[in-house]
Amino acid sequence: MTSTVTATIEAAKAEGRAALLGYLPAGYPTVPGSIDLLKGMVDAGCDLLEIGVPYSDPVMDGPTIQKAANAALSAGFRLRDVFTVVEQVSAAGGKAVVMTYWNPVFHYGVDRFSRDLAAAGGLGMITPDLVPDQAEDWLAASEAHGLDRIFLVAPSTTEERMALTTAASSGFLYAAAVMGVTGARDAVGADAAGVVARARAHTSLPIGVGLGVRSGEQAAEVAGFADAVIVGSAFVSSAAAGVAAVRELAAELAEGVRRPLVTS
Amino acid sequence: MTEQVTSADEQEHDRHDPDGRGHFGPYGGRFLPEALIAAMDELTTVYEKARLDPDFVDEFNRLLRDYAGRPSLLTEAPRFAEHAGGARIFLKREDLNHTGSHKINNVLGQALLTKRMGKKRVIAETGAGQHGVATATACALMGLECVVYMGEVDTQRQALNVARMRLLGAEVIPVTTGSRTLKDAINEALRDWVANVDTTHYLLGTAAGGHPFPMMVRNFHKVIGQEARAQILEKAGRLPDAVAACVGGGSNAIGIFHGFIDDADVRLVGFEPGGHGIDSGEHGATLSEGTPGMLHGAKSYLLQDEDGQTIEAYSISAGLDYPGVGPEHAWLKDTGRAEYRSVTDDEAMAAFQLLSRTEGIIPAIESAHALAGALKLGQELGPDGLIVVCLSGRGDKDMDTAASYFGFTS
Ligand SMILES: Cc1ncc(COP(=O)(O)O)c(C=O)c1O
Repeated sequence: MTSTVTATIEAAKAEGRAALLGYLPAGYPTVPGSIDLLKGMVDAGCDLLEIGVPYSDPVMDGPTIQKAANAALSAGFRLRDVFTVVEQVSAAGGKAVVMTYWNPVFHYGVDRFSRDLAAAGGLGMITPDLVPDQAEDWLAASEAHGLDRIFLVAPSTTEERMALTTAASSGFLYAAAVMGVTGARDAVGADAAGVVARARAHTSLPIGVGLGVRSGEQAAEVAGFADAVIVGSAFVSSAAAGVAAVRELAAELAEGVRRPLVTS
Repeated sequence: MTEQVTSADEQEHDRHDPDGRGHFGPYGGRFLPEALIAAMDELTTVYEKARLDPDFVDEFNRLLRDYAGRPSLLTEAPRFAEHAGGARIFLKREDLNHTGSHKINNVLGQALLTKRMGKKRVIAETGAGQHGVATATACALMGLECVVYMGEVDTQRQALNVARMRLLGAEVIPVTTGSRTLKDAINEALRDWVANVDTTHYLLGTAAGGHPFPMMVRNFHKVIGQEARAQILEKAGRLPDAVAACVGGGSNAIGIFHGFIDDADVRLVGFEPGGHGIDSGEHGATLSEGTPGMLHGAKSYLLQDEDGQTIEAYSISAGLDYPGVGPEHAWLKDTGRAEYRSVTDDEAMAAFQLLSRTEGIIPAIESAHALAGALKLGQELGPDGLIVVCLSGRGDKDMDTAASYFGFTS
């Protein structure tokens, strides 16, 4: 069975464009507030959603997402709320994967978390601090519950690890565009196209590129070489200004992914 | 004068090494972003080669001897021991090392590795500032650029060490996220590392983190236990009944424990910060009160809430104020080879003052936790007891904290 995530990205590709994947933490600014924002992102053109789990020690995140995660935790976010958010956003037509640091999942129980996520309509997990060689229990649980395993590769990933990581992945492969934490940047990393090209030699899975994209222009640039454009911090920043701002950004980015810049 | 026991042997493999992926039983491993895995692999390869390379081992031992001042003394503390049920207590004097704590052992080893890897920039986290000072010192010695992340709370309670680091040429960056203590300093250092890993070595200061750090840091500190074992045999004619050490991330404890780990009759006892008391919820007693989880790259015990969110630790001691602990300690706890208990702020401060007044030695507040623990162990063991305590550092850095605790400020 093809994964819904893969099929969604492939469908965009068939239209001659990249898919748009938008990130927001669950529970930011509040649980109902995050549901409204995410629904707005779907309406305004996000093909897929990446719903973050706020965590106390987000070592891969820059200040913008750290602050949002803290705000969500201070507002009383509980881990189980992520299932509520996934469920409601999915019911409204969103296609959602969860992005989470590993300890909350481990603590909840990897199989139990996978079961509850699948039951809520979630499609998979992006795991920024879990590499496939440490992921035996997640490999098993994702199979059992039909979830996609979205691992990351980075500019520093060796060929050997490219092979290992692509082989363990499903849904799509997440390529980090730069060496660094999340945060909107003025320029997309020069390494990004190179990472994608190296990964393609190992897999036919679609490849999403994230870390740093914040404008329609950058989305068009990334769409020139990637199958999905992932936008996080820029959405989080606009979320502070409310649903209208988030929709506006989503619309700009959705327009960007529809005019891929072909450079080569 | 005891014989110099640092030797090429100390870096050799033994049955206490983790498996090839860094697991101590179910603990350890590498729960880190993919972006860092290549660097961890490189570090592992370079370290595995170096530990068996006589040139590396000689250079390391030379620095320990001629720069750090090893071997450190083993000093009997008879007047202090009068308060410990009459047991004999010996202090392993890591406070006498250059820079004032055990931290220099690991730092010299990793700084040498940094040079071998051709990296020019070093980053480090620090809680009490002792690891930061040791790192700044080694970087000055070896001509490396040095950046130290330190929680803002700790920059205040360890202001003297901030000044020392800056004098040594390091940049000190106060960390204002989260609890503004050691945990958050490690988060910031990891974020820096992800962005600069090509040029930068993360010189982690304790026996925690992803593989190979717990094993490597332990091995650089094994010299503490090896010296202590030879010294106690010479001075007391027998092995101790117990070895006591404080446990923050666990580096001084794992270093001294390993000298005795194959001596089944020697109890290995780690003392964690009980803060305002376990019941108050304000403590850093990770092994006694925590549950398994991942933090900063390894699976180990962790202070966490129902949702797996890290709980902020508390201790009067900046160097013990950490909600995680090295994975080998988790394994030693589960296997029963070591025991872990907690000591409150008040007990530690009483021992801090007692050692100062009975022996003329001002310990670090971290080390005072081991001393307070030894007082209890002595009562339990009785007059025939023999205890070696790891005096992991000196207390100069703690004068502000002590002055306000005891009300010495006029
Ligand atoms: C003197 C001293 N002892 C102990 C510690 C705790 O660290 P560890 O548990 O790694 O020995 C520190 C940390 O800063 C320290 O400065």
